[in-house]
Amino acid sequence: MEVTIKQEQLAFLFEAWKDDYVIYGPKRFADDGCFSDTDTIRYGEISGPEEIVFDEKSQYSFKEALLPAYQTLFYFTEDAVKEADGPEKEAIVFLRSCDLHSVKRLDEIYLSNGPEDFYYKRLREKIHFVWMSCPEVFENCFCQTMGTDQPEDYDMGVKWEGGMVKIDCRKKEWVSLLEPFMKDKDAVEAKAPLRNTFEEGAGKDVRIPESLSIDVAKSDIWRDYDGRCIACGRCNFVCPTCTCFTMQDLFYSENGRAGERRRVWASCMVDGYTDVAGGGSYRQKNGERMRFKVLHKILDYKQRNGYHMCVGCGRCDDVCPEYISFSDCINKLEDAMKEVSADDE
Amino acid sequence: MDINTKKIKKNAFRVTKVRGMTASRVRVPGGHLKAEYMGVIQSIAEEFGNGTVHITSRQGFEIPGIPYEKMPEVNQRLQPVIEGLEINQEKEGCGYPASGTRNVTACIGNRVCPYACYDTTAFAKRIEKAIFPNDLHFKIALTGCPNDCAKVRMHDFGIIGMTEPQFEPERCVTCGACEKYCLKKSVKAIEMVNFRPQRNTEKCIGCGECVLNCPNRAWTRSREKYYRLTLLGRTGKRNPRLGIDFIKWVDEESIIKIILNTYRYVKEYIDPTAPGGKEHVGYIVDRTGTEEFLKWAMEGVTLPEKAEVSSPLYWNGPKYD
Repeated sequence: MEVTIKQEQLAFLFEAWKDDYVIYGPKRFADDGCFSDTDTIRYGEISGPEEIVFDEKSQYSFKEALLPAYQTLFYFTEDAVKEADGPEKEAIVFLRSCDLHSVKRLDEIYLSNGPEDFYYKRLREKIHFVWMSCPEVFENCFCQTMGTDQPEDYDMGVKWEGGMVKIDCRKKEWVSLLEPFMKDKDAVEAKAPLRNTFEEGAGKDVRIPESLSIDVAKSDIWRDYDGRCIACGRCNFVCPTCTCFTMQDLFYSENGRAGERRRVWASCMVDGYTDVAGGGSYRQKNGERMRFKVLHKILDYKQRNGYHMCVGCGRCDDVCPEYISFSDCINKLEDAMKEVSADDE
Repeated sequence: MDINTKKIKKNAFRVTKVRGMTASRVRVPGGHLKAEYMGVIQSIAEEFGNGTVHITSRQGFEIPGIPYEKMPEVNQRLQPVIEGLEINQEKEGCGYPASGTRNVTACIGNRVCPYACYDTTAFAKRIEKAIFPNDLHFKIALTGCPNDCAKVRMHDFGIIGMTEPQFEPERCVTCGACEKYCLKKSVKAIEMVNFRPQRNTEKCIGCGECVLNCPNRAWTRSREKYYRLTLLGRTGKRNPRLGIDFIKWVDEESIIKIILNTYRYVKEYIDPTAPGGKEHVGYIVDRTGTEEFLKWAMEGVTLPEKAEVSSPLYWNGPKYD
């Protein structure tokens, strides 16, 4: 069902949702940036449409709504274990097309890649997605290259057009909310999903070589990043498709025999990621970590699942304090392949 | 040639070692200016001076080689710069009254520098508006962070930017960056306890390294801006010394009030025979005792709850007299 309403009328939806849902969206956190007097746009709970930042890309992705940076899994005592409670309320997340496509990647990792992840699944089952249009292709975006520029499978689509908002509701339970805004019966008929209005070829020109293979690991291009990268992990933490976590067993200090097990995001760029029992640690050089990350996003994930992991949001480029561009790195791979195949000959 | 040297000095011209030649001095409050004023300074140097400009140690320009008789023309030419920099002026087109209180200097601050905890130039200008014009010899400098690139501890009042790190455990991923950078670049105030950083609030100097290096916005800056105020550093002949910590976690209001109070104190206690009516504040405090100074300086000052006042206050440095 599709209706067009005034922007301020969106508040009506929030009013209707507020008792049943926690609503997440990209919002402005004033003075939250690394540098003084700078803001961050990132995900948080929102209470009205005016809080959503439509005209800028969020620095961090939506993923924390589905995959918190830190999550207690269970509490333990000497002989008993209690699972941490899941959320009571269902959730709604406002997100862009690239992020919507990354849900498919998260699902793949947490629901299809081996046994289902209990903690992911219980959040996933309670979450609904509202796609929001992009006013333009933002800096460093390459969604068209990655085929993620148009939304699929949303519960509701919201598109801004000349001060008005077009809403396409696919979730049956919400259709009645929009009835007051329906002008005629035609509106009830299903139309094609809403789409971003982008110029063909807009966004950064990024090319993943057809011939890309693991041989590219032998290229010298990775060495450039040994000195440039500072292994801070920002690229992983902002990425909507990075899914790694590590475990922490925390013993309450007053007792020592009770505690909790939690999982927190891990980063393949940060020290300690590859530490193994016995003191082993791999990929010590930052260039090796860059290689691992890049090839995971655009090579080996695809070999396993048939499509690329990277969704082309470009947040890793936006956030890198050392101005290392992931997409520029991809564009170096064609020459890198030539370099390694020449070495073989 | 008949020149009233007292009068021209008060008009920001200098008596130089070259007979018949003066130098025009232009101070830049907070050290930041529109590039167009450089063009004005260039034209003065080329038309009236010897074609060179000195960048002074207090963030001003000194244009040497100007014949004394050209002073009125130079003053006319300086008018847009004086207006643009909002320098206090008595009469349009006649230059500005130089004063015993020196230009308030500042490092580049958070308009450019990632480390800076505040807009140093803006605060410098705010102080400038509160104290200028003034004949008393005061030196004030501002720096954005505890790196103290502006060397504020060599001033009567040194203002060092601080932020109070705010921690949100829900966003911490135990990457260890805050601990590492605090250890290697700052004061070792962060220690990991049960996978989480713990900030030693007594040690923390509010430099913001943890915030700068946190990759996930677990550490952020406090909404409030704080400062460390250092006291009575000085260079010079008798007893040069670094300014000492006075108040940690102080606010802008209190700093301005303390500075204004100190002007009243100096008026009361300055050596009436001091040459040129100038005596470093520190020597006056050495004479009256610190307690008397503090009584004046802190009058009517309500410090923020967080503020820590150092006590007692002792200064060091070589004594040559």
